[in-house]
Amino acid sequence: MPRLFIPPLLRSYCGGKEEMIVEGTTVLEAVQSLDNEYPGVMERLCPEGKLRAGTSVTVDQNVTPRGLSQKVSSESEIHFLPAIGGG
Amino acid sequence: MATIDETKAAEGSDETPKYKVIGTRPIRHDGADKVTGRALYGADIKVKGMIYGAILRSPHAHANIKSIDTSKAKALPGVRAVITSADLPEPGDKIAELGEGSVVLNHLSSNNLARTKVLYKGHSIAAVAADNIHIAQEAANLIEVEYEILPPVLDVLKAMSDEAPVLNPDVRTEEAATGEKGDKHTNIAKHFLFEKGDIEKGFADAKYVVEREFNTSTVHQGYIEPHVATALWNNDGQITVWTSTQGTFSVRQQVAELLDVPLARVKVVPAEIGGGFGGKISVYLAPVAATLSRIAGAPVQVVMDRTDVLQATGPTPGSHIKIKMGVDADGHITAADAWLAYEAGAYPGSPIGAGAMCVFSCYDVPNGRVEGFDVCVNKPRTNAYRAPGATNAAFATETVVEELCEKLGMAPVDFRLLNASKEGTRRVDGVTYPRIGLVETLEAIKESDHFKSPLEGQHRGRGIASGFWFNAGLKSAVTATVNSDGSVSLLEGSTDIGGSRTAIAMQFAETLGIAAEDIKPAVVDTDSVGYTDVTGGSRVTYATGWAAYEAGKDLQRQIVARAADLWEVDPDQVSYEDGYVLGPDKKVSFKEIAVELSAVGEPLVGRGVSNHNEPGGAFGTHVVDVEVDPDTGKVDILRYTAAQDCGTAIHPAYVEGQIQGGAVQGIGWGLNEEYWYDEDGSMRNANFLDYRIPTCYDLPMIDTIIVEVPNPGHPFGVRGVGEVPIVPPPAALAAAIYDAVGVRMDELPMSPPRVLHELLKKQKES
Repeated sequence: MPRLFIPPLLRSYCGGKEEMIVEGTTVLEAVQSLDNEYPGVMERLCPEGKLRAGTSVTVDQNVTPRGLSQKVSSESEIHFLPAIGGG
Repeated sequence: MATIDETKAAEGSDETPKYKVIGTRPIRHDGADKVTGRALYGADIKVKGMIYGAILRSPHAHANIKSIDTSKAKALPGVRAVITSADLPEPGDKIAELGEGSVVLNHLSSNNLARTKVLYKGHSIAAVAADNIHIAQEAANLIEVEYEILPPVLDVLKAMSDEAPVLNPDVRTEEAATGEKGDKHTNIAKHFLFEKGDIEKGFADAKYVVEREFNTSTVHQGYIEPHVATALWNNDGQITVWTSTQGTFSVRQQVAELLDVPLARVKVVPAEIGGGFGGKISVYLAPVAATLSRIAGAPVQVVMDRTDVLQATGPTPGSHIKIKMGVDADGHITAADAWLAYEAGAYPGSPIGAGAMCVFSCYDVPNGRVEGFDVCVNKPRTNAYRAPGATNAAFATETVVEELCEKLGMAPVDFRLLNASKEGTRRVDGVTYPRIGLVETLEAIKESDHFKSPLEGQHRGRGIASGFWFNAGLKSAVTATVNSDGSVSLLEGSTDIGGSRTAIAMQFAETLGIAAEDIKPAVVDTDSVGYTDVTGGSRVTYATGWAAYEAGKDLQRQIVARAADLWEVDPDQVSYEDGYVLGPDKKVSFKEIAVELSAVGEPLVGRGVSNHNEPGGAFGTHVVDVEVDPDTGKVDILRYTAAQDCGTAIHPAYVEGQIQGGAVQGIGWGLNEEYWYDEDGSMRNANFLDYRIPTCYDLPMIDTIIVEVPNPGHPFGVRGVGEVPIVPPPAALAAAIYDAVGVRMDELPMSPPRVLHELLKKQKES
């Protein structure tokens, strides 16, 4: 099952955990799985079911343009990071 | 130029990739127009019936706007329109995603025409369109504005204090990961935090710990062509904007959002662009010119002068950074801690997120913590500038690394090789690296003639530093039309900065096995090609190049099918290889089949799109020799070499040019460039005489070493090149200055007065 890395500022809502093994075949399902364990996380990470503005999803080393709909495998790592632009 | 292919060597093969076109140096397709002066840049655009705009800008750094009286301006003969923010729609707190990032539309709108407050000197307040520029400027000066002047805050640390005047009443500190906002008015717009491992234990395990603080100044991209926009808001509701931009589609969206019109009503036509480096993504003039046009009933052109560019467009932020790093007796990093505060300028949105992700990116840090703050100050809203946020961070980290090396008695290059990030290294922000080439750039520098050459003479020193920048993927589209003579017209949406149209055409040519000279690449308007994200983020050669590859593959499939039909054979019996169509008893070149097919059937048009997300990331390592004048503090560069992992160099001359250009900008940032503000918040060096970018008199030849560790996430192994080379220079210069005269610089720029100050302090102490 995929590993979802919990951003440090969100860990206080997740029992101090740094990462969780979650269920799901998409990023959205993975976050929902985390939210089942720690209700309220979904609203903070993805308000109204959408990725928070200024945030990007990284799956297996790469920022995905598909955001929450990105498919994940049982080996995947999921990170939430600042969205960045280049010059 | 040297080329190293470490991937092939690692695989135990001495076979280097064999490309027909990639790696060659064809003459750039836009070369003749540019060297003869025929290329059309923004201000060259002339539209029938065009009139001219001028903008009234704030003389104050921080003030409430109590009233604006435009009556005298409107009464001036020849004036056709006068506007203020009241003529722009009120966008509220809506957030727009602009491909490379998001923006609060109210902030973007207020940056185009101030609403209730001015937040920096030069902030635009009102605009005039008139029959000629002289009348427009005279009318702008007749606009009367009543201000309530407020104290400015220009320093990032002061802006963070509870006592600081607050710039934006809607800003509360937002926790980046949770979106939760504080309940008090503040200039701290956003807070980031990354953690990895056990930092207390990491420092407890260290034999040596170095902790230092650094300041960097606000600097500008310094592109030679100022901002310009020409707009026509036609009677049918269609808005056309001709402009110099890094992203036509981004301008289209910004204009549509700010003017509250449907996207389909806006067409953006790109002009050639005289530099951007991240500074030509946000709009400053287009919505204003369009609104003036709507009222005047004529196309309006607005051009900034150099003072406007420096005072009122987005530089990259000044910053305050604290770095603490620990190493064990063997030189392994045990822990690293960073605290970064970046100036956002007038509105939130500094590159602090990227800075926080880059600050330790070159090192395998087992225990780390990075905290970052986005802070508003009374300066223009910052914008991207080549690896935004990374240069500040690298200057701080690399300088601490140098001091650790001194304590360890270890050569800096060996320390870096020992601790370098590599495939599988997990960054402090949590992500692991794919195949990367930092080690290869360090080895390339270590083996370079420059590094091996002795450096002799008094007050001379040598320094090295490394740097990293992400590469973006995002969306690109191209269309390829085969002409009846076998040439191909290639339409693309990536505005060309640094020769990208040729680099894209070369990837298309490689795919089809034809010559780059047979491609006619053109950068076209937003109605004429599929959506394409900005020319930025080191993404164009990667992503638009991939789209060109797909267009080539699309044409191959069509040609095979059409040839099979023409030759009346099964398609399985036809293939496309290396520029030829092969049938059961035929071998026909691309040109020959193009002629044949165009005579007997429908046109051949290929399409290619990309939205890939494996752009890799790129590293560079630079070495510099300097001589410091102990009487003046002036630093002269004697020799400079930059090594960079470029994946696969499509057009090596352009790769070298990008590396050289980035290094030169980094040198300027390191030695001279800074915004000088007086206590009232007035920029005192808003011209190119006093804002000192390096010229050819200040620099030796920048030698380049192209390292090629192909990116496995691209058909040709491309990595972005353009941004990495600005990251290492200030840190490399700081190391060289220390080597030369024994003073550690902790502030940018390391200009003569600052270096002299440190030299005199050292003299006094000894």
